[in-house]
Amino acid sequence: MSAPARNAPSRNVGRATLGAAAYAVTVFLLLPTLVIAPMSVGPERYLRFPPAGFSLRWYREYFGDADWINATLFSLEAGVIATLAATVIGTMLALALVRGRLPGKGLVELLVIGPVIVPHIALAVAMFLVFEQLRLTGTLLGFAMAHTILALPFVVFTVLAALYRFDVDLERAALSCGAGPFRTFRHVTLPLIAPGVVSAALFAFIISFDEAVVSFFISNLDRKTLPRKMFEDIDYNVSPTLAAVATMLTLLTVAALVGSHLVKSRLDRRTRTNPPSS
Amino acid sequence: MTARPKAWLLGGRHYSTAASLALAAPFLVLALVTFILPLASLLHESLFLPAPTLTHYQRALTEPVYLRVMLRTLRIAAAVTVLTLILAWPLAWVMARSSGLKLAVLVASVLLPLWTSVLVRTYAWMVLLQKNGVVNQLLIGSGIIDQPLTLLYTEGAVVLAMSHVLLPFMVLPIYSALRGIPEDYGRAAQMLGASEWATFREVIFPLSLPGVTSGCLMVFLLALGFFVTPALVGGPRQMMIATLVSQQVREMLDWSFAGALVGVLLAFVLLLVLIFKRAVRLDRFVGSA
Repeated sequence: MSAPARNAPSRNVGRATLGAAAYAVTVFLLLPTLVIAPMSVGPERYLRFPPAGFSLRWYREYFGDADWINATLFSLEAGVIATLAATVIGTMLALALVRGRLPGKGLVELLVIGPVIVPHIALAVAMFLVFEQLRLTGTLLGFAMAHTILALPFVVFTVLAALYRFDVDLERAALSCGAGPFRTFRHVTLPLIAPGVVSAALFAFIISFDEAVVSFFISNLDRKTLPRKMFEDIDYNVSPTLAAVATMLTLLTVAALVGSHLVKSRLDRRTRTNPPSS
Repeated sequence: MTARPKAWLLGGRHYSTAASLALAAPFLVLALVTFILPLASLLHESLFLPAPTLTHYQRALTEPVYLRVMLRTLRIAAAVTVLTLILAWPLAWVMARSSGLKLAVLVASVLLPLWTSVLVRTYAWMVLLQKNGVVNQLLIGSGIIDQPLTLLYTEGAVVLAMSHVLLPFMVLPIYSALRGIPEDYGRAAQMLGASEWATFREVIFPLSLPGVTSGCLMVFLLALGFFVTPALVGGPRQMMIATLVSQQVREMLDWSFAGALVGVLLAFVLLLVLIFKRAVRLDRFVGSA
């Protein structure tokens, strides 16, 4: 704080209070999740803070339990398929919305944002009703479809943002030089929106891997995702194995966010070395 | 090579109607099977089975047991909205006035919880709030209380845990609104003699209102239909509408009534979205992530 601050002591107090409040809120945001990690390495059957010692017992429990591992693998499968599907379908739709002439565009946009606005419980129960008749409950296809529609809005909006960010003259130039729409997309558009597409894919994966409400309804006893398994276990007991799973999931999220940030800034830098447009 | 661009290149719309439809087709098919058809069937179930009737809706809106659940849902959603607004505003303000490492730390502290599993965060609150949980241990250890308090399975616990889960949805839109306000505005107001409080009340807060509206709407809508956190942290006594829907489907197998509850929920959500149409801006979340 420089000289004028002398005249306004109340101003400094106000600023300091606001700053302190803000940091208190970040502690509120982060602490609950982070407190789980030390507790997960405690040796006892009950969660304690601070832990009474160090043991990887509950991590071994997780890796040794077929039910946990199967649920995790199933979540990974569904997540990978949903990510690929949402990224491809979402990118195609974003192109149609920005660069195409789509009849009923407003309605399509409403349909895209639908799964975000409609409460997930409504979607979950509705999908359960129809998936049961289509024999899709408990199937990989069913989960992949459900997770794809839930992740799509995020993909579409990320890719739309990326499409708006670059100069459409670059595409026009390619087209008027004789490249067809496919070559233009492959060699001009795709490289320019790549950072957006990659981060969209990562978020689609997190959304799918994390989705609990719809999974809760469209799973059955032998085919369930990790969140569904966690939901069941939390309901019965607050066990240390769950703390170990929660800690690993948190680490995975941190890795995904850091990864997304690195990929994005690297690709951004790469595309920025192109001659600047306009 | 012609100097004049062809007509179909103008405005950047280089795909024909047929090509656009082809690009959108996979989405439209998927949306039909996973979104339109399911919701339509469920609402059909609530209105026409076994015969055209409004009795399910009447039951949902008049029987005291269900009315209580609806009112509790509205009350909790409103409380969560107010609490997240109070917590989010100062954080969003400090974020908007930060840069470099400080901003990175603050943004990370909002985005990490946003992307961390809702189940993990709910589980964390259960661990913290249970009878021999961390909060009770701390309170007893510091001599404030000598008997552990019942914290879990209360309405307060539901509001607290839901606020934690939904807080990022309030911070991000307010942050994006505040970031758009030039710092000069505040300075100008103070040079013209406004006090710090008057500057906040007359200039800064009004300019943050688009973000506040957007955040409140998002949090309120998400809170209304929230399933995981209230079901686990609230237990059966603090039942909200989502848990009631789940119970009707899984335990009572009463699809028509569940459909009517969903119909009421959807009508409410749509009404809010129509009123605040301009505040629903998903790009705010995606853009900042």
